[in-house]
Amino acid sequence: MDEERKIRVLIAKPGLDGHDRGAKVVARSLRDAGMEVIYTGLHQTPEMIVATAIQEGVDAVGMSIMSGAHNVLMPAVVDGLLAKGAEDIVVFGGGIIPDDDMESLKKKGIKGLFTPGTSTETIISWVRENVKPS
Amino acid sequence: MLYDPKAIDAVKGEKESWKQEELKATLDKRSERLPRFSTISDKEIPRLVTPDDLGDSEYTKKLGMPGRYPFTRGVQTTMYRGRLWTMRQFAGFGTPEDTNQRYRYLLDQGQTGLSVAFHYPTLMGYDSDHPRSLGEVGKCGVAVDSLRDMEVLFDRIPLDQVTTSMTTNGPAGVLLAMYIVVAEKQGVSADKIGGTIQNDILKEYIAQKSWIFPPRPSMRIITDILAYCTEHVPRWNTISISGYHIREAGSTAAQELAFTIADGIGYVQAGVEAGLDVDAFAPRLSFFFNAHSDFFEEIAKYRAARRMWSRIMKERFKAKQDTSLKLRYHTQTAGCSLTAQQPTNNVVRTALQALSAVLGGTQSLHTNSLDETMALPTEESVTVALRTQQIIADETGVANTIDPLAGSYFVEWLTDQLEEEALQYIQKIDDLGGIVRAIELGYPQNEIGDAAYRYQCQMEKAEKIIVGVNRYRMDDEIPIPLLKIDEEVERLQVQNLAEVKRKRDAKQVQAQLKKVKEAAHDGGNLMACFVDAVREYCTLGEIIGVLRGVFGEHKDPGML
Repeated sequence: MDEERKIRVLIAKPGLDGHDRGAKVVARSLRDAGMEVIYTGLHQTPEMIVATAIQEGVDAVGMSIMSGAHNVLMPAVVDGLLAKGAEDIVVFGGGIIPDDDMESLKKKGIKGLFTPGTSTETIISWVRENVKPS
Repeated sequence: MLYDPKAIDAVKGEKESWKQEELKATLDKRSERLPRFSTISDKEIPRLVTPDDLGDSEYTKKLGMPGRYPFTRGVQTTMYRGRLWTMRQFAGFGTPEDTNQRYRYLLDQGQTGLSVAFHYPTLMGYDSDHPRSLGEVGKCGVAVDSLRDMEVLFDRIPLDQVTTSMTTNGPAGVLLAMYIVVAEKQGVSADKIGGTIQNDILKEYIAQKSWIFPPRPSMRIITDILAYCTEHVPRWNTISISGYHIREAGSTAAQELAFTIADGIGYVQAGVEAGLDVDAFAPRLSFFFNAHSDFFEEIAKYRAARRMWSRIMKERFKAKQDTSLKLRYHTQTAGCSLTAQQPTNNVVRTALQALSAVLGGTQSLHTNSLDETMALPTEESVTVALRTQQIIADETGVANTIDPLAGSYFVEWLTDQLEEEALQYIQKIDDLGGIVRAIELGYPQNEIGDAAYRYQCQMEKAEKIIVGVNRYRMDDEIPIPLLKIDEEVERLQVQNLAEVKRKRDAKQVQAQLKKVKEAAHDGGNLMACFVDAVREYCTLGEIIGVLRGVFGEHKDPGML
C-alpha cells in the first residue's frame, strides 16, 4: 500500500493587485505543515488559475485578493472548474473581504474565507478538515 | 563635555559599579519581563545606552546643523518652525467625479497637498474596458483612462496653488503627461507645476509588484522622464524612491532603509550613465518611507537615511550642490499594522506612527484611516486621520524645536546601528553587481519574504504582540460603516471612455501612437511623445499597449 498522498494545494493570486505577502505566508505555512504547495505567482486570470489547477491535479485552490475584485474573480474560478468537470477541487480564499460579501461568496462555492488577523494555524486546520487527497 | 575622554571613562566606571551593585541586586530579586528585548524588526535592544556606547561620536561629522551636511538633524534650516510638513492624504476611488469631490473636501478641511490613488487597471496600463479590468474598476483607487478623466479629477483645483503626488510607476510618464496638459488647459505652464510621480520601478519588482515592462526598458523610460522634466518641469519630483512598499511586504526597518537607498543608487547611476549631470537631476529625487509601530526604530531610520544618502551622493557620485545631497521624504503610516479587530484602535496606532515620522523630520505625511484594513476610507474616517496630523502639529508642541530627540543616547545609538546594518546590505548588493542584477537574482525579494514569514511565526507564538489580535481579544465586536464602490462605476467609466473615443480625431490618435512606437524603437525621448499623445486623447491603455509590443512584459517568477 502507498502512503496516503499529501494534500496538494494551489495558492493563486487572481487579478491585478500585487499584494503577495499574505499568499506567500500562507503558502509557506501549508508547505511547512506537510502539504504540497504550488504558487501561481501574481496577475493571474481565472482561466489561468483553472488551467493550472487541473494540470497540477490539485485538491484545493486558495485565492488571495486585496483589490476588491473578489466578487467577480473568485466565483469565476469556481465556475471555470465546474465547466471543466473539476468541481471536486475545494476552493477557498482570503484577503480584504467585507462581511457583507461573505455570504454571497460562500453561496457561490467558496468554501472557506479568511480575513486579516487569521492565524496560519487556523487555515492549516481548515484545509486538513475540508480537503481530502483524492 | 559630552565627548571628553575623561568624562567618558567616568561614565564607564559608574556604569560598571551600577551593574555590579543595583542592577545585580535587582535582577537577583526579579528577572525582567522578557528574556530578550527586540524591535518589531527583531533587532535586539540593550537595557541602557550611555555615552561610552556611542563610539566615534564626533558631533559635527555625524550630526551637524539642520540644513547642513550630513543633514542628520533635518534637511531644512528651520524645519517645522519655518513651515509644517505637507499634510497629504492618499485618496482615490470610483469615478474621477467621485474622487474630485473627495479632494475638494480634504482641501476644505485643511489638507495642504493632494495624492492620487489610481485603480489597478490604470496602474497596470489597461483601460477600464479591457477584459483584465473586469471587477477592478474604481475599486482600489480612481479610474483614469484618458485626459478627459484627469480633467475631471482636477476640476476646480488650481494646479499652480497645490502640489500633487501621483502613485504610479509603469505608466508614470503617461499620467504625468496628462497632468501637464490639464495644467496647460488651466493656463498653468509646465514650469509652474509642482508634485511627485512615484516612478520607482525597482521597488515594484522588489515589493509592490505593479510592474508592466521588464527592468531594463523600464529604466530607460525613467531616464527619459528625468531628462524631459529637468528641462521642462523643473519643480517636479521625478522619482519618489520608496521604502514604504518594501516594509509593507514584510521587510525589517534596516532592509527598508537599505533596499530603498540601493534603489536610489541605481537611479542615480542610470542617470549618470545616460549622460546627465548628477547635479541637474539629483535635487528632484525624493523618498518615501513607512512609519511602522516601533517608535524609536522608525525615528532612527529616518535620521540614518538622511546621513547615508548625503554621504553616498557626495562621496560616491561626487555631487556638488547641497540640494543633491538632501534626502527629502514623504511618510505613510503602516497599513500592514492596522487590524480588522477593534478597528478604533487603529486611530491610536496611526497617531503614534505619525508622531515618529514628525520626530524623524518628514517633509510630507499621510495618516491611515481606521477602516483602511477593510476598505477605502469613508469621509468620516479620513477626517479623523487628517485631524490626527493637525493635533500633532498644533497641540503637542513637537514642531516647536528642531530634531528634539538628537542627543538621546539611545536614539543616536540606534541611528548608528541602522546605518551600519543597511550599509552591509548595500555592500552585498554592490558585490552582486548592483540593484538591477540583485533584483534579477531575487535577492531583496527573498530577504523580505524570509523576514515576513519570521515575523508571522513570532506573532503566532505571541513573541510579538498585536493588541486585539493575539492579546486582549474581544468576542463581540461592533461593525463599523465601510465605503462601498458601486458596480455601476464600471459601467459608467466604460461608457465615458467610449464617448471619448467617439469624439476624438482618429487620424491624430493613430499618428501619435505611431510616434510613440518609433521613439520606443529608436531611442527618442518617450516623455515628449506621451505629452503629444495624451493631448489628442490617446488613452493610457493604447499608449502602454504600444510599448508592451516593443518592450515586452515582466512576469512574476512566483518564488516562495
